[in-house]
Amino acid sequence: MKVKVIARNPDDYVRETKLDIQRVPRNYDPSLHPFEVSREYTRALNATKLERVFAKPFVASLDGHRDGVNCMAKHAKSLSTLLSGSCDGEVKVWNLSKHECVRTLQAHEGFVRGMVVRYCGTSFFTVGDDKTIKQWKMESPGYGEEEEPINTILGKTVYTGLDHHQNDPVFATCGQQVDIWDEQRSSPIRSFTWGVDSFSSVHFNPVETELLASCASDRSIVLYDMRESTPLKKVIMAMRSNTLSWNPMEAYYFTCANEDYNLYTYDMRYLAKPIMVHMDHVSAVLDVDYAPTGKEFVSASFDKTIRIFAKDGGHSREVYHTKRMQHVICIKWSADNKYILSGSDEMNIRLWKANAAEKLGVLAPREREAANYSQKLKEKFQHHPQIRRIARHRHLPKTIYHQTKELRVMKEARRRKERNVRKHSKPGSVPVVSEKEKHVVTVVK
Amino acid sequence: MAKVSKKKASKKKTRSGGAEQSNERHPDVMYDDEKEEDATDEDVTVEDEDGYDERKRQKLLEAIGTLSGKRKKTLGERSEAAVHMSEFTVNAEGEGDKVDLSDLIGSMKTTPGLSGKSKKRLKNLEQSRKTIECPLSKQESERIRRDLAFQKVSKEVSHWKSVIRQNERAEQLVFPLNQEHSGPKPIERVVMDWKAQTPLEQEVFTLLSANKQPINDPILTPTEEASMKAMSLEEAKVRRAELQKARALQSYYEAKARRQKKIKSKKYHKVLNKAKSKDFHKQFDEMVKRDPAAALEELNKMETARMQERMSLKHQNSSKWARSKAIMAKYDEGARKAIQQQLEVNKDLTQKLVTSLNKEEEETMEEEGNADVVPDFVNDAEQGLDFSNPWMTGKLSQDCVEKETSNAVTIRAEEDVAEEEEVEETEEEVLLREFDSRRKRRQAQEADAAVMLMEEEEEEEEENKDASDKEEEELSEFTSLFKGIAEGCGEADTAAELEKELKLRCQDDEELLTQDKEAEEEEEATDEGPVVPQHPPATENTHKTGKSRKRRKGIELKQVLTKGAQLLQVPFAPTIEDAEDSEETLDQRGLIKEAFAGDDIISDFLKEKRKQEDAGKPKAVDLTLPGWGEWGGGGLQPSCRKRRKFRRKMAPPTPRKDQHLPGVVISEKRSSSIRLHQVNALPFPFESPSVFENTIRSALGRTWNTERTVKKVTKPKVVTKLGAIIEPMTREELVKDRNGASAGSSSSVKRKP
Repeated sequence: MKVKVIARNPDDYVRETKLDIQRVPRNYDPSLHPFEVSREYTRALNATKLERVFAKPFVASLDGHRDGVNCMAKHAKSLSTLLSGSCDGEVKVWNLSKHECVRTLQAHEGFVRGMVVRYCGTSFFTVGDDKTIKQWKMESPGYGEEEEPINTILGKTVYTGLDHHQNDPVFATCGQQVDIWDEQRSSPIRSFTWGVDSFSSVHFNPVETELLASCASDRSIVLYDMRESTPLKKVIMAMRSNTLSWNPMEAYYFTCANEDYNLYTYDMRYLAKPIMVHMDHVSAVLDVDYAPTGKEFVSASFDKTIRIFAKDGGHSREVYHTKRMQHVICIKWSADNKYILSGSDEMNIRLWKANAAEKLGVLAPREREAANYSQKLKEKFQHHPQIRRIARHRHLPKTIYHQTKELRVMKEARRRKERNVRKHSKPGSVPVVSEKEKHVVTVVK
Repeated sequence: MAKVSKKKASKKKTRSGGAEQSNERHPDVMYDDEKEEDATDEDVTVEDEDGYDERKRQKLLEAIGTLSGKRKKTLGERSEAAVHMSEFTVNAEGEGDKVDLSDLIGSMKTTPGLSGKSKKRLKNLEQSRKTIECPLSKQESERIRRDLAFQKVSKEVSHWKSVIRQNERAEQLVFPLNQEHSGPKPIERVVMDWKAQTPLEQEVFTLLSANKQPINDPILTPTEEASMKAMSLEEAKVRRAELQKARALQSYYEAKARRQKKIKSKKYHKVLNKAKSKDFHKQFDEMVKRDPAAALEELNKMETARMQERMSLKHQNSSKWARSKAIMAKYDEGARKAIQQQLEVNKDLTQKLVTSLNKEEEETMEEEGNADVVPDFVNDAEQGLDFSNPWMTGKLSQDCVEKETSNAVTIRAEEDVAEEEEVEETEEEVLLREFDSRRKRRQAQEADAAVMLMEEEEEEEEENKDASDKEEEELSEFTSLFKGIAEGCGEADTAAELEKELKLRCQDDEELLTQDKEAEEEEEATDEGPVVPQHPPATENTHKTGKSRKRRKGIELKQVLTKGAQLLQVPFAPTIEDAEDSEETLDQRGLIKEAFAGDDIISDFLKEKRKQEDAGKPKAVDLTLPGWGEWGGGGLQPSCRKRRKFRRKMAPPTPRKDQHLPGVVISEKRSSSIRLHQVNALPFPFESPSVFENTIRSALGRTWNTERTVKKVTKPKVVTKLGAIIEPMTREELVKDRNGASAGSSSSVKRKP
């Protein structure tokens, strides 16, 4: 009698050490694993649903300010340190990992308008409504010492914005004009004016470090080169830009936050037309900050929401809001690309996750692989209606929801009217103006 | 000063000489002019120093004059000669006259300090009568300056274009960008400011330096470095390894060839040849795809070989050797095998090579080949499966039939078999009978249907016939084969009880089928209009015989197998593996039979398929209006002629996808539940639907791909390090990119770790 026995060689399936991955003998013959598309579709759908389930972006709220938070600054060398200045002239230094304030100082009388940390991280600068620029040490004073700035510069006019050079002891302020200061001198080494009397913000280009851009009250954005004696160019838009942010990875792109609820990404070489209009906010956009990877940016708006846009996306991929958060005045994306910090009117600083459904902390290799796989699946099936519907679903406050609808109706009405005008006028007399061109009034050389 | 001016002059000359001046140079020119002006200005101020006191005095006087109250316009008079003349006291004697350049430079000839060059230039100026354009306004000049500066900056910024584009296209970006390589570093790099301090160390270092050994970075001596430049160690190693491998392979090959040559065994060479031919076939298949011309040549060669084989009948079983072996085969296993092999060779050689285009032909060809010799499945081991049940075979129709035939043949060949096999045999007999009876019933039923249809309209009849034909054909495949085998077998063992039982089952099936059919027909009839009365059975009978004969003709074994099987009376090796095994399987077989009692899956499936096909067919539309052109009213039907006239036949539908797939039903209807999940428009970045479909079709998961592929495919686009600050891009990246571009596309590789 012949007895058939299944014989297995343990070498084929037993791993040598427990650190090796499990050996799973597998037959990849496609006929053995049918319906791959439908099975993956189901997985993608589940992954999308789970993403929505786990989307809990709010991490912490830092309270302690006694007035609205007007400006914030990231520490150049430490991820866990954040500085914030409020409308009563108080500056607070926060430890983000402990969610606590480590230092408080009365920096100015009136608003703290701008704040920036020096590139080395040892000191920071503040400007305020009291027409002064102050330089402070990063570490708190020892016992018995007075809280005093290292350096104070008295100016003639109010400064509204401040930014530091990426790797030189040079900083720029704006107010009635844009000034470039050497840290060692008490007077600006260069001043730029171009027929405008007030600027709201100035920012150094982090890549081409000699370039600057500022937003002025005549609805313009002006470009400067620190080495030149004159400004370079300015573009005047339909409404005023509040602030702008340069892309830290792509030298010639910047995005400005406009009063007309939109954000505009420009290529600084071609100012006649923004390369992308980012819509979704329903009120003026007050602040914008790029992710350190340069792939996305976050914007804060008067409509009490924070939105995250892809740098080349016309609409936001994410919106954050809470019931208690009022007008968001300043926003920062943390330097490790993981968190977003928002400072708002109601005196709180909020810490958000940049990726709402991301698991925080160290991932096990298998976890990471699973996350990568589900991410790819979501990308692969993102155009399928059911998946898109789930992935795009966000809960919005009632007011914003209705305002969005209202704006849509208004826009449609305008469009229809324009179409009708075009239909009833001589062909070619009413040209079609694209959305991108619509918001630029002129470019001044 | 003179030297400088000379230089400038020479510069100017060259510029005026070269007509094509680039724009970039222009500001330089302006700059030069400005400088010159500055220089002259300075000279003037130096001269002015002398008249400074005079001016002061005059101012004082004027101030005193204004004190007196009335402002008196006093023109300065020249009353006396003075060394120092104030410019302010020059009176306006020659007012109205234009001042010439000659007046101003009159003193030039006398001044000794002036160089010849400047004199010449001044003279030239004097001669030219053109007025100089007034300088641009401040706004204008500012604007020009801004424009130039902007152009410069935008040009500078544009250098980043390649880096940005590359990053956009990169499969994966790892941030922070310039991470330090994690891993062991040489101690010298870590401890940079280490110095020899103790006398021993110092001594060692002096020795080292004396012998030109490296001190700080003791990796390579100068000579080693030189040799490294010639060829790096790794490169050399790789090359040597390659050479070694090549040599080893060569020697192996030689040894193998020698060994093979020595082998005397015929069998071995036969096997070798077989393997070679197999290989050749594979290559040929590839060749067909790649090089059709060469393939055709090969095909011709094969064809000639085949022809020769067929003519010579070399490997047939009719040769003397074969006959002797056939006699011997009864007692000798070796002889049996030899004959089988020979037959196989014959089969291989005579087989016509078929291209993939005509698959049906291929099949028939195979059948022919099989008919010629003993089919090779004859010697397949008996698996002990129940062939009446398709669940057990895993295949639908034909295979199981083949298996049956094989069984039959084995049974016939073997005279002395055990009782267990007897049981099996009878069972097969029963199955055969079952199929046969079913066939008969089917024929009868069909005749019925045909008769009924005769009375219907012509087109309809045809349609139905076609449909039933199809079904009939599909079923008759089994029956015909069975019948043929049964006849050939000629054995009349009967197991009465079993037969009865099965017959009952069959009848049930048949009834079900016929009922269904009738129901359908009735439906159709009602659809069409008045019910056609059932015809008497007498006519049915008359038609029956003729029809059935016709059918039988269509499914005759001789027509299926065009060549008569040449029977070879060779006893085969016992193929049943174990007696006990079969008993067990029998039990299981019984169980399954019980479980699926009254389950005729094949016919059910075919019925279902037919139903679906019928549902998909467009129905004829009856447009008859009763009462038009003839009498109307209650109980009156429109005439048959009229009905035929107003009957509109619809266009035939497009052929179904599963037309030629007997075991498959492909539904081409759009399902609303699936539509919810389908993409209804081509998404943005895709340009053609096929591309999009391809991206969807390729699976990403571990179930379908190997570990490495999955890792590669699911690589995230952006990777960041936990707790690391991502600095903005620095200018070094630009430099790196440039270097990379000059060296080759190395930077792109770097970007993908």
